[in-house]
Amino acid sequence: MTSPPGIQEARAAARLGIITPGRKRVFFAAMALLGLALPYVVYPVFLMNVLCMALFASAFNLLLGYTGLLSFGHAAFLGSAAYVTGAVVKYWGLPTELGLLAGTAFATVLGLVIGSLAIRRAGIYFAMITLGFAQMIYFLVVQLPWSGGEDGLQGVPRGKLLGLVSLEGNFRMYFFVYAIFLLGFYVIYRTIHSPFGHVLRAIRENEPRALSLGYDVDRYKLVAFVISAGLAGLAGSTKALVLQFASLADVHWHRSGEVILMTLLGGMGTVMGPSVGALLVVAMDNYLAGLGDWVTVIVGSVFVVTVLAFRRGIVGEILRLARNFPF
Amino acid sequence: MIQALFGQLLLGLINGSFYALLSLGLAIIFGLLNIVNFAHGALYMVGAFAAWLMLDLLGVGYWPALLLSPLLVGLFGAFIERTMLRRLYALDNIYGLLLTFGLTLILEGLFHHQYGNSGKSYPVPEALQGGANLGFMFLPLYRAWVVVISLLVCFASWWVIERTKLGSYLRAGTENPRLLQAFGINVPLLFTLTYAFGVALAAFAGVMAAPIYQVTPQMGSHLIIVVFAVVVIGGMGSILGSIVTGVGLGLLEGLTKFIYPPASATVVFVVMALVLLFRPAGLFGREA
Repeated sequence: MTSPPGIQEARAAARLGIITPGRKRVFFAAMALLGLALPYVVYPVFLMNVLCMALFASAFNLLLGYTGLLSFGHAAFLGSAAYVTGAVVKYWGLPTELGLLAGTAFATVLGLVIGSLAIRRAGIYFAMITLGFAQMIYFLVVQLPWSGGEDGLQGVPRGKLLGLVSLEGNFRMYFFVYAIFLLGFYVIYRTIHSPFGHVLRAIRENEPRALSLGYDVDRYKLVAFVISAGLAGLAGSTKALVLQFASLADVHWHRSGEVILMTLLGGMGTVMGPSVGALLVVAMDNYLAGLGDWVTVIVGSVFVVTVLAFRRGIVGEILRLARNFPF
Repeated sequence: MIQALFGQLLLGLINGSFYALLSLGLAIIFGLLNIVNFAHGALYMVGAFAAWLMLDLLGVGYWPALLLSPLLVGLFGAFIERTMLRRLYALDNIYGLLLTFGLTLILEGLFHHQYGNSGKSYPVPEALQGGANLGFMFLPLYRAWVVVISLLVCFASWWVIERTKLGSYLRAGTENPRLLQAFGINVPLLFTLTYAFGVALAAFAGVMAAPIYQVTPQMGSHLIIVVFAVVVIGGMGSILGSIVTGVGLGLLEGLTKFIYPPASATVVFVVMALVLLFRPAGLFGREA
């Protein structure tokens, strides 16, 4: 895969001095403050949903945007982690933190298994293989006796943070989720900008060349896959606690498609793109829910238009504008 | 007991011939256009709905529908190729997959909005009602017809591609479209026809499926994911390979349904995992 158009804009912006380390710091500080202020203005549950999906999409972007691997089965990690967390918290009565850890660990191990099989084929086959395994996970979840089948796993308690602070209130829960999001986002950011991340990009740009330079390409791909799966799991576990419910929709292939749309729409291969895309897609799901089946049609149409005419994504387009009107 | 076993095997054989028809179309499209057509399952569903609508609204029966529905879906495919897919050939092939995924959502959403979840039943054509008692099992005539005709269409496609002039253009285009164009062949038209033909095969399978399964908006989505697995297992390099893999996996599914029903939905993916472990290029695959 060659570099996605969004990232070319990001690179040009950095070269022209539009993105500088100082400006970056100011931007991220402003964003972090905005995140603290938002729940006073916007409904916290909606925000928490956005944060979970933003983390999910950012983790996905580590693969698609930075390694050039299109996983069509990322819902498997999001959803299975949600079920694991829901089950250990509800049935075993484990504390919230251990529940999150269990879900994340499960998704990580699942990522290791699926990833080590899927990277044996390249390109478009990789997408088909991940889709297949995710469908398998979907059927297993449907058939599990404790998963609640079509109804999902309901009545998951949020519990108490460190056994002290109750998380039942949406306000407290929001700040907890926000902390998880920032942690996950930081891990992804550090991964992208580490030497390891640079090798990933080299693999995306030119895999044979990275191989000939002596990098164990398969290992790098696998590690990226496992990190991505683990963080997708963290997002899913958190979501199960937020909604107090693990839903079959989170394991379904529609969700795997949705996370691709978030990344593509926001700008694949850009740091902020997936979060912007997640905000838009969750808002669309939320505010258009009354339209029923039309939501699917709209999501499909957005997909088609984005692929045909808007491949840089929103963040990519903003960067392109910034290049033409430098400030 | 024996009755049940052969009943499941027959159903597996039918599914297998649908897998073969669909993976054949996918392989032809991918070979020339370098696009993995996610919409294949949705167009199979549209094919089935087209037959049902023709009967319901116009009173057009099974036999004309068997021809008309693939024709209509083929035309629709040509439209998709001309207006959308054509713009993506110069790009990475993930965009083709994503575009056709979007089309799948649109089609499924529209049909779901119009017809809901409940399945529409389509009558078995009069000439093929009833069946024969073979002693060890009862063979419904229609099911036998589906298996025979699907395999015939598969082999006819193989013959056209491997043994005719038109097929030689297709094979040449798969190797090197620019060189073929330099020889004066209308390659863009060949692309359109290939896509139309591939999705017409899917619609054909859809019409044949209509009397066996209920016609629902979701009938194609699980199918396409299984067919992807079939393609991974068989490899897209060989046409006969996709036919053999499709039929074989259908039979295996039928057998699993008899031995341990809960595993029947996932057995294909288990085989996919095994193939990736031991023969990553696929059973008939050429590329690594």
